[in-house]
Amino acid sequence: CSFSPALTPELKATLDKVVTSHKVILFMKGTKDFPMCGFSNTVVQILKSLNVPFETINILENEMLRQGMKEYSNWPTFPQLYIDGEFFGGCDIAMEAYKSGNLQELLEKAMCS
Amino acid sequence: MGVTKEKVESTLTSKLNPSHLEVEDISGGCGTSFALEIVSEQFEGKRLLERHRLVNAALAEEMKEIHALSIKKAQTPEQWKQQKSSEVSKPAA
Repeated sequence: CSFSPALTPELKATLDKVVTSHKVILFMKGTKDFPMCGFSNTVVQILKSLNVPFETINILENEMLRQGMKEYSNWPTFPQLYIDGEFFGGCDIAMEAYKSGNLQELLEKAMCS
Repeated sequence: MGVTKEKVESTLTSKLNPSHLEVEDISGGCGTSFALEIVSEQFEGKRLLERHRLVNAALAEEMKEIHALSIKKAQTPEQWKQQKSSEVSKPAA
C-alpha cells in the first residue's frame, strides 16, 4: 500500500459519489464558463461542441480535492474527465478520442445507459 | 527549479526503452512544461489511457515539478512504422 496523505477513506467515499453523480463530469482549473488553463479549456470546448450535458468542478478552489483527485484517478494533472463514473483521461486523450470519433461514440453510449 | 529536457529523456529511455523519443520543453526553458512523442514496445496491447499511465508513472519523480505534460503520441513500433510509411507515400505538396 502506498503512502497517500491526501486521499483519506472519507474523501474517497465522497469522490466515489461525485464521479457517479453525473454522466459526464470534468475536474478542471476554473469553470466551464471561465476556464483558467488552456488544457482545461480544450476539453470544455470539445464537450460543448459535442453538445452533451456535463458538470465541471473547479479544483483550484479546494486544495484537498486537488491532491485527492490525483491519487483517486492515479493521474498527476488536470483536467480529468470522468464518463459514466469511470476515468477517461486528460486533455491529450480527450483530444485524440475526439478526433478519432471514439469520444462521441462513448458519450452517446453513456447518455443512453 | 524545474526539470531539464535531458532528465525527462534519460528517465523515459531507461524505463520504457523507446525506439523513438522526442521531448520538447514548451515552458520556454524553465523546465515546467513538456510535450513528447514516444514509441515503445511496452505499449503493445494497451489502451491509450494505460499507455499514458505508463509514461506518467515513469516520470513520477519529475512530475512533482512538471506542471504540464502533453503526450502527443504514445505508439507501438508497429503503429509508428505504419504512420511513417503513410506519410512517405503521400505526394509532396
